[in-house]
Amino acid sequence: MSVQAAPQLEKPRKRPSAALYEVVVPLLATAAGFLVWEAICKAFNVPAYLVPAPSEILKDTLAIGPTVFGHSMATLKTVLLGFVVSIAISLPLAVLLTASPAIASALYPFLVWTQSIPKVALAPILVVVLGSNELPRVVITVLVAFFPLVISSATGLMSVPPELIELSRACKASKWSELWRIRLPYAIPFIFAGLKVAISLAVVGAVVAEFVNADAGLGFLIVTSTAFFKVPVAFGALIILSIMGVVLFQLVVIAERVFFPWSTGNAMAAS
Amino acid sequence: MITLNRVTRIFESRDGDRITALEDVSLSIRDNEFVTLVGPSGCGKSTLLRIVAGLILPTAGTASIGGAAITEPRSETGIVFQAPTLLPWASVLDNVLFPLRMMHKMDSASTDKAAALLKLVGLQGFESKSPRELSGGMQQRVAICRALVHEPDILLMDEPFGALDALTREEMTMELLRIWGERPKTVLFVTHSITEAVVLADRVVVMSPRPGRIAEIIEVKSPRPRSFDNEASPEFHEATHRIRQLIFGQRHVGPGRAAA
Repeated sequence: MSVQAAPQLEKPRKRPSAALYEVVVPLLATAAGFLVWEAICKAFNVPAYLVPAPSEILKDTLAIGPTVFGHSMATLKTVLLGFVVSIAISLPLAVLLTASPAIASALYPFLVWTQSIPKVALAPILVVVLGSNELPRVVITVLVAFFPLVISSATGLMSVPPELIELSRACKASKWSELWRIRLPYAIPFIFAGLKVAISLAVVGAVVAEFVNADAGLGFLIVTSTAFFKVPVAFGALIILSIMGVVLFQLVVIAERVFFPWSTGNAMAAS
Repeated sequence: MITLNRVTRIFESRDGDRITALEDVSLSIRDNEFVTLVGPSGCGKSTLLRIVAGLILPTAGTASIGGAAITEPRSETGIVFQAPTLLPWASVLDNVLFPLRMMHKMDSASTDKAAALLKLVGLQGFESKSPRELSGGMQQRVAICRALVHEPDILLMDEPFGALDALTREEMTMELLRIWGERPKTVLFVTHSITEAVVLADRVVVMSPRPGRIAEIIEVKSPRPRSFDNEASPEFHEATHRIRQLIFGQRHVGPGRAAA
């Protein structure tokens, strides 16, 4: 009985130029974009209170560097708290939703309702109800971020091949070990797809919350600096926010690759 | 011994239609007998298999193993499905050990047992590989090991080679006969392939659809050990010819050596 070697399904080893295309080229393109921006601002003499040149943004932002850093940390705190709470709510909720059709029917109206409320409109009301502190900011962040995570986690929990559930039943496994040993691991690729959306939305949610109620944070910084026509600082805050979003997103991607290497690109290759 | 006595199974679809998947099926299977179920789609083969597995219950009639009625899955039954359905996150060895883990029956000998099974199917040295690194045939071998790891006395196979290419399929069929020779057990094997059914079986149960019934049970007299080379033998031919008659009706099957 001979066994043929299986075709290797891993990606072919990267040629040296792959790193060039994945890192160097995007960085150069970004740098070129900033240079063009700078050149246009200088060439047409665009006033800084309309569209500041990158050099002005950098100069004005660095001038109040420690303050901006403090605001960034405040926003990061809200984003991470909101993200963690979203996970803590979404995963059990997804398990409940998939546990029985009755529970799902009972919960769906509430879920849809939380999504149909405009969060920007809800924010000032929450401040009155919950007080002017971190709590309403986290609540708003969660409300913005958690929904896609619930839906993709629930989809993942339902994506298990029916044969595996039959196998689990044939082994007389408890519902708990079916969840723990089969459903949750199967849902990992879906959960991470949800986490990637959730972390991006958490940044949006935190800024929305800070617009309404905050004495710190990049959202607060944008509101106050534009009020005083310090547009370069507002742009600086905007750039920091987008970098924060990209870095957090990449951290989720890396966490998936490190902890669940089988998961990446495997969401549908279940059978 | 597996005994089905006038088993009927009716499914109710969501819009209230009642579908009779199995009607009045009686069958008894001896210990260590190899029985194959053939028939067109919708003839209730898989339903019958799942009733023996204890995954679904008969609507009427009784199903029993060794005299005891089947009311729930029993831990001395192993199942292989059409898709290998291995766990993508677990190694080959852990996939084989999976039923023992689910049954909380892991002990110090379990790993050796699993390794011995992998050796039996020619997958020695693949223990720590991921299922993704295996070909379809190799994955199905792992699934067979998984079904055997808790040393079942009954092995239920639902079109286990249906998703494999024709060559791998033939190889796996012979492989299964060899495994069955080394570890005798009662096997109930569902298939769409008439040749496969005859090569494997002591008896072939031919089923007809809507409602699923047993059309005829055919004893395969061809001596063991068998291989696909036996296809030309008169006993083999007699069996396949009769099965084709039952499935396709007289008019589609010529006299004597029928179309393969």
